Amino acid sequence: MKTLKILVVVVLVIAVSAFAIDKVNVNEADKGYAIGDTATDFKLKNIDDKMVSLEDYKDAKGFIVIFTCNHCPYSVAYEDRIIELDKKFKTKGYPVIAINPNNPKAYPTDSFDEMKVRAKEKGFTFPYLFDDGQKIYPQYGATKTPHVYILEKTGTGNLVRYIGAIDNNYKDAAAADEKYVEDAVNALLKGEKIPVETTKAIGCSIKA
Amino acid sequence: MRKLILYIGLAVFLSNCKGEQQIAIEASNVFSDKGVEIPVYDFENFEHLLNINDGKTRVINFWATWCKPCVAELPYFELINSRYPNKEVEVILVSLDLPNHVESKLIPFVKKQRIQSKIVLLDDPDANTWIPKVNENWSGSIPATIIYKGNTSNFYERSFTYDELERELKKIL
Repeated sequence: MKTLKILVVVVLVIAVSAFAIDKVNVNEADKGYAIGDTATDFKLKNIDDKMVSLEDYKDAKGFIVIFTCNHCPYSVAYEDRIIELDKKFKTKGYPVIAINPNNPKAYPTDSFDEMKVRAKEKGFTFPYLFDDGQKIYPQYGATKTPHVYILEKTGTGNLVRYIGAIDNNYKDAAAADEKYVEDAVNALLKGEKIPVETTKAIGCSIKA
Repeated sequence: MRKLILYIGLAVFLSNCKGEQQIAIEASNVFSDKGVEIPVYDFENFEHLLNINDGKTRVINFWATWCKPCVAELPYFELINSRYPNKEVEVILVSLDLPNHVESKLIPFVKKQRIQSKIVLLDDPDANTWIPKVNENWSGSIPATIIYKGNTSNFYERSFTYDELERELKKIL
């Protein structure tokens, strides 16, 4: 009898999730991750020509994944702040992983060689990966640069905990009084609820 | 010589269709160079441009000089602006260029392309607050366009061809 109950529940769950998947396919296929979703790992080439995956980071508690690029003034405005985030949180278990999602055919300054140049100029302390073939950013649902996804490493995968902007002032770091990414990572480190889980920002549209 | 004229308290008056109420839109700054004038608004002031009820259809396009797909579709907005009479349709190009790029990038671009449509600069860094006020479904990527008349308004987070843009305009006109 108990087995039957479990079976019914299982069938029900399958039925509901089948429906959900169907719905996702119809309406949300291009929208990417929502809070709580499991983020895909990847194997992308870093500016040092080595391949980088999230699974390489055995000791990490999570990741600050930032889709960013060279050509976008909004990304450039945040470069110093991205370096600061990495310096601040890498040692605490949340390294920055930067990914350039743009197709260099659309923006030649976003080519792999130009990424190396920019990373050297600015002294990036974090991996700056090239989304070759533009395959990873659509899975995340990144629409623009910079676009941040904070992931928490758990037994069941890397869960999306925050999606959005770095802070609330792209022009002036000193004037930003809502530091969304910092607040979110600090909350995760303390095991507290993240105060703001999603934010919106103007950014440069990603060109595949 | 490049000059920056500060019109603090400059007010543009807009009236509704009956002319009973007037709304003051205050530009926080006006960039003026070689015959090009670009007023700068924070969102609170800019928002009035999304709510004018004078019987005219407005095509509001969010763009920036660094945004390639935006620049690619600008000629279509210009064409709408020139083909439809001013009494019926007004095109407003809302630049999201950074203020420190206005003199070095935006104004030279506007002059070179000889843009005739009205251009304003939206300068409000707290985008998370104002993006949902433009449209709650907008992710913040550009190009994005609003076509509205009175209380009828459509929002598009996409690029247009001329035909597509005109088709959408005619739905509202």
